[in-house]
Amino acid sequence: MQTDRLIAALAADANTAPRRIGPVLTLALLAALPVSVALFMSILGMRPDVRTAMHNPFFDLKFVVTSVLAFTAIVVSLHLTRPEASFDRWGWLLVLPVVVIILGIGAEMMMPHQRPWLTRLIGNNAMACMASIPLFSLPFLAAALLALRRGAPAHPALAGMTAGLLAAGLGATLYASHCADDSPLFVMVWYSLATAFVAAVGAFVGRRVLRY
Amino acid sequence: MRGRDEEWTGLMRAANAGDAAAYRRLLEAVTPVLRAATYRGLARAGQPVDQSEDIVQEILLAVHLKRQTWDATAPFAPWLFAIARNKLIDALRRRGRRVFVNIDDFSETIAAPAAGDTLSPGEVASHLDGLPQRQRDVLRSIAVESASIKETATRLAMTEGAVRVALHRGLASLAAKLREP
Repeated sequence: MQTDRLIAALAADANTAPRRIGPVLTLALLAALPVSVALFMSILGMRPDVRTAMHNPFFDLKFVVTSVLAFTAIVVSLHLTRPEASFDRWGWLLVLPVVVIILGIGAEMMMPHQRPWLTRLIGNNAMACMASIPLFSLPFLAAALLALRRGAPAHPALAGMTAGLLAAGLGATLYASHCADDSPLFVMVWYSLATAFVAAVGAFVGRRVLRY
Repeated sequence: MRGRDEEWTGLMRAANAGDAAAYRRLLEAVTPVLRAATYRGLARAGQPVDQSEDIVQEILLAVHLKRQTWDATAPFAPWLFAIARNKLIDALRRRGRRVFVNIDDFSETIAAPAAGDTLSPGEVASHLDGLPQRQRDVLRSIAVESASIKETATRLAMTEGAVRVALHRGLASLAAKLREP
């Protein structure tokens, strides 16, 4: 095939403009939402004392952390779909959820009447947390990777990793309403481990499916 | 150089607004630059330079299929060269070389060596046979025999809409086949 002919064919296809990735990613995540919610409601459901728990700032903080993680990872993911994007310029955004949790730990340290820190850190649900967050993240991860295939990331594994982070952020937001451990120390350790696992899966799969 | 970049950016904006002629002019304008850079990249990696046209075609396909990732407020050239670099590295890696591609290969303009279109059908065309029949027929008609969409529709007894769909899918499947190791 001669190059000028290929160009003619590309120009003939000029008007089927591909859709931008932002809206596609949004739609994909919205489609995954009922799947994850159904999984969550059928396996765990919200904790019984959720109404009283809502008045506990440390319960609410879990949602702040997980949504900040999801939001920043969405922003970075979309940025990384551009071939000329550099992770260095935007990657620092991903530190934000860590900053929030560290502030939370500091605040909790200053509270009177509390259980020993190791008890709070170990909590009661560590294993359930480690298993649940990846499970509820999975539909989001699949949806995100599918949408991000429209992108042209310079580093597919990195793009897959941020897809994993955004999926973990969303999955953990669901799980947080079941989880009876509200200490930021617990969140720092166990939520992070579960998130790291989902991010690793995202990087592994992304390396294969996000190449362009 | 600045003038060139601005011209490209302007053409790409026009293309996004539906101006197919501007799009074609843009692809024609970037091709010699891509050809020269690919040629240099291959030479530097100690690879036969006669593959450069295959890689140029791969870059053009990727530019086409990924053009929604270009931010219309950003200059076009860095986006283009990022794709080109990626495709060159990819092509060299597939040929079993770990390579370092010099960024400068894609940022200077030097006149293209020999305007060379390869005599062989080329790597892109060799994947045509693996496509579903409809896509293959439409791509042959438009990209090999230079028929228009309208002529292709008449020739293959399809609607013009169906030809457009098959063309788009065919280009996407070609790119996917080229990506396979």
